[in-house]
Amino acid sequence: MTKSLLPAKTGVGFKPEHFDGLTADPGPIGFVEVHAENYMGDGGLPHAQLTDLHQRFALSVHGVALSIGAEGPLNRAHLARLRRLCDRYQPESFSEHLAWSSHGGAYLNDLLPLPYTAATRARICDHIAEVQDTLGRRVLLENPATYIAFAESTIAETDFLAEVVRRTGCGLLLDVNNVFVSSTNHGTSAPDYLAAFPLEHVGEIHLAGHAESVDDTGAPLLIDAHGSAVADPVWALFEQVIARAGPLPTLIEWDNDVPTWPVLRSEAVAAAAVLDHHSARHAA
Amino acid sequence: MVSDQAIFAQALLDPDHPLPPGVTSHTHDAPAKRFAVYRNNVVVSLVDALAARFPATQRIVGEEFFRAMAGVFARAHPPRSPLMMQYGDDLPDFIAGFAPAAELPYLADVARLEAARTRTFHAADAVPLRAEDFAAISPESLVALRVKLCPGTAILRSAHPVVTIWAMNADGGEPGPIEDWVAEDALVSRDGFEVAVRRLPPGGAAFLLKLSNGATLGEAATAAMKETAAFDLTANLAGLIGAGLAAEIIDGKGTSS
Repeated sequence: MTKSLLPAKTGVGFKPEHFDGLTADPGPIGFVEVHAENYMGDGGLPHAQLTDLHQRFALSVHGVALSIGAEGPLNRAHLARLRRLCDRYQPESFSEHLAWSSHGGAYLNDLLPLPYTAATRARICDHIAEVQDTLGRRVLLENPATYIAFAESTIAETDFLAEVVRRTGCGLLLDVNNVFVSSTNHGTSAPDYLAAFPLEHVGEIHLAGHAESVDDTGAPLLIDAHGSAVADPVWALFEQVIARAGPLPTLIEWDNDVPTWPVLRSEAVAAAAVLDHHSARHAA
Repeated sequence: MVSDQAIFAQALLDPDHPLPPGVTSHTHDAPAKRFAVYRNNVVVSLVDALAARFPATQRIVGEEFFRAMAGVFARAHPPRSPLMMQYGDDLPDFIAGFAPAAELPYLADVARLEAARTRTFHAADAVPLRAEDFAAISPESLVALRVKLCPGTAILRSAHPVVTIWAMNADGGEPGPIEDWVAEDALVSRDGFEVAVRRLPPGGAAFLLKLSNGATLGEAATAAMKETAAFDLTANLAGLIGAGLAAEIIDGKGTSS
């Protein structure tokens, strides 16, 4: 199976309005990531831009709608579309989420949580095996940002992910913002989560901004909003991860209230500085 | 038995539905505000997607009205496909039956035009034929030919001045009074990677719709003339070529030239 072949550099989630800025002044950008579902039309500007971008940068295709965590079977028509997209562009990486988004034929356009039990783990493993068999490549599975817990959960998220990796041979996409958001939301420790996370299987890192709210009791509730700069505590966690694991492909996601290219580029420069610092240290 | 995710999905779309069983948190065992984050994400993301696809429709009714209408639509008609570029294909029909919008009878057609624009934007690429490709064809043989239209070519017939209303409310447009309230037929087509919207001349819609159904140029012209004596075949053919609508000329035996 093809492994994630992204360079250990910084990437950005591609927005069409950044095409000119990104291509004229890429700065440290080594790869771009696109949401698979935005490139499932027959033709037009999206495919022309993606073809051009992939001649300049490595490409990560990030699925947001496969609903790997669904109770029902995978949407085979959608899986076939993903296969066509991967066959056409031969991206260096394909990733999806530990979440569900479809039920009973309705697509809910959000990454929804699932309980962590032996039964849900078996289902996830079956689905990932099917995705990997169909695509003929290793999938990176992303840890979710969650706002609620399930009474029936019996397995820690890190153990759940580690066992899915062991059983399916998939890799992981570590979203450091999601770690911070979920840890805050569940009153747990983000450093403890990262200490338990199987970093050796991480093929990509995500960084993004979050929004702040409070829950029913006034306790902090963070929202994975992707509409602002990466927060300082998330940068600090990212530093710890890279110090431990060495440089990894690192993506800046900014999907809402999309900034100008120079603002997004400066986030990428900040991430690249962390990678460079530890690249020099790991080489020394 | 209703599955856990069926109950969860139901509760997401219905704000009056109780929290799904088993949903909890470390601070509170009935975390309504936490569950509301998911409810909000689902409906707001769907409404945002519709607002992005139907900007002129939103400008006509105002943001508050549009988002309320889109919210009603989204809860009743969540997407049936994970391709969000298709979401809202059936919003125009919903608008046509949406009582609070009844005093704007043209609104559904503006939405139809906007829905068509997205489909055209994502249509397959094609290199349209040029005038030179038609130059060698004699007028006598022309009528027996069929013309395959380029992907993304859409014709919208309206009882309202839909193109004028859309253009006034599209990005860069300036809404104003419409002196000459006449029916307009719209042509939506690809111009490179851009989407072009044109007002069709008399009979133009009947002509292009016939062609897209596989009629010969002669049959299509006859149908258009039956609809209006003002139909001008030469001008419509020039318009078809000029707008880059012709993908292929097929002779009477069904072979391409």
